[in-house]
Amino acid sequence: MYSEKVMDHFSNPRNVGEIENADGVGQVGNAKCGDIMKIYLKVENDIIVDAKFKTFGCGAAIATSSMATELVKGKTIDEALKLTNKAVMEALDGLPPVKVHCSVLAEEAIAAAIQNYYDTHGIDKKVAKSCGHCDSCGCEH
Amino acid sequence: MIYFDNAATTPVKKEVLDAMLPYFSEKFGNASSVYQFGQQSATAILEARQKVADALCCKPGEIFFTGCGSEADNWAIKGVAYANRNKGKHIITTAIEHHAVLHTCQYLEKQGFEVTYLPVDEYGKIRLDELKAAIREDTVLISVMFANNEIGTIQPIKEIAEIAKEYNILFHTDAVQAIGAVSINVNELGIDLLSLSGHKFGGPKGVGALYIRSGVRIDNFMHGGGQERFKRAGTENTAGIVGLGEAIKLATENLSEKTEKIKSIRDYIITNIEEKIPYCRLNGHPTDRLCGNVNFCFEFIEGEGMLLLLDMNGISASSGSACTSGSLDPSHVLLAIGIPHGIAHGSLRVSIGEINTMADAEKLIEVLPGIIQRLRDMSPLYEEHLKNN
Repeated sequence: MYSEKVMDHFSNPRNVGEIENADGVGQVGNAKCGDIMKIYLKVENDIIVDAKFKTFGCGAAIATSSMATELVKGKTIDEALKLTNKAVMEALDGLPPVKVHCSVLAEEAIAAAIQNYYDTHGIDKKVAKSCGHCDSCGCEH
Repeated sequence: MIYFDNAATTPVKKEVLDAMLPYFSEKFGNASSVYQFGQQSATAILEARQKVADALCCKPGEIFFTGCGSEADNWAIKGVAYANRNKGKHIITTAIEHHAVLHTCQYLEKQGFEVTYLPVDEYGKIRLDELKAAIREDTVLISVMFANNEIGTIQPIKEIAEIAKEYNILFHTDAVQAIGAVSINVNELGIDLLSLSGHKFGGPKGVGALYIRSGVRIDNFMHGGGQERFKRAGTENTAGIVGLGEAIKLATENLSEKTEKIKSIRDYIITNIEEKIPYCRLNGHPTDRLCGNVNFCFEFIEGEGMLLLLDMNGISASSGSACTSGSLDPSHVLLAIGIPHGIAHGSLRVSIGEINTMADAEKLIEVLPGIIQRLRDMSPLYEEHLKNN
């Protein structure tokens, strides 16, 4: 059901953990739906120098968190904001249709961490992202 | 591979396969044909019917073969509901039934029937006073599963049947999980209709049966030819029926000896999980449970990751998480016994069968604590819990 890449990122997830004194932290999802992603970012000179995650969720949720943190490391904030769930899925050689929402959650978690970075660093910007994918998770969108 | 998903399906036993094989290419005759070559199939079906009747302590004429357990459930409920429409339109069932019963009842609600879904207690048992209170003048059927497929809780079947009888209501039980685990005498227990499925006890997939007590008013479900005494149309699945007959004979032989062995493996797993893994909860009744059922919730993690990691260790098990059910909601059974959504996602079902050994259980206990810890170390909920405590 899962691609080899998904299984690789699930069984050997990259960037699991927390960053102490992170510059941005974002958490999305809820326990009721069975998925929570929390992403930590370390930012220096507008560049994401480190990214880590903690995820409560299925195999796809863990694999997309792993891949999303890999993809944003070394990127500028603006580049990271352009990361789409589609790019995360493609990097994992695809996801089963019922798991696409996991990649959406990963995109949202990155965006939420960047918003938190703006908010805590006196940057007056709003990340314009809206998932519009489900009405069941209770998220703000 | 260690197979711990016997509630999902079981392997066809060698003796069962041997009994079935001649009925594919060699003795392929249609049981409805008058010539001898066809009649040998009819005889084989007759023998299989006798074996099922022996296992349930009823008359062979009360056994009707179906295409699966779900068909037996559909037939029992829809058939009784439609045949007794003049008497009433109310059905009582429970919130923890298999979907073959739940979705059938929901369908009937759309057709104008009314259904009461009895709640269950924290162990998954219905309360007899609530059953009594739900009975109305127009109640025509009570359908309560013998034992639950997810949490293994066994219902007070005899007491339920007595209540049904007292109010002159028919009583159906989905016994798909109970055959080969619990000794069943339909007359002693007072059951009017009982569904079973071949592949749950060492028989083949694609064949089930419905026990219908003589005299029960029930409409046909499958219309067509005159098979199964004009009650269930369709050319008989001779090989499957022969297999089901052989399997139920083997599954109900030396029952207590077999269940004791399975129970000792179950209790070893339960004791060790409770001892070695913190923040866990055994789901289902502590004693009135299927000999082969273990069901736990582990806090802070989601079930699918657990299954994938067990699979990497060569162990097949199942979960009631949303991710494994293909919907956003976790198992309706876990929710019905009062487990919060977030925790219900972290459930694990280990179902033990005749093929399992104590060594299988030891291997499971060797790897499971590490798997749970690994997922907890990745979980933001566990992180939060550690910070708050």
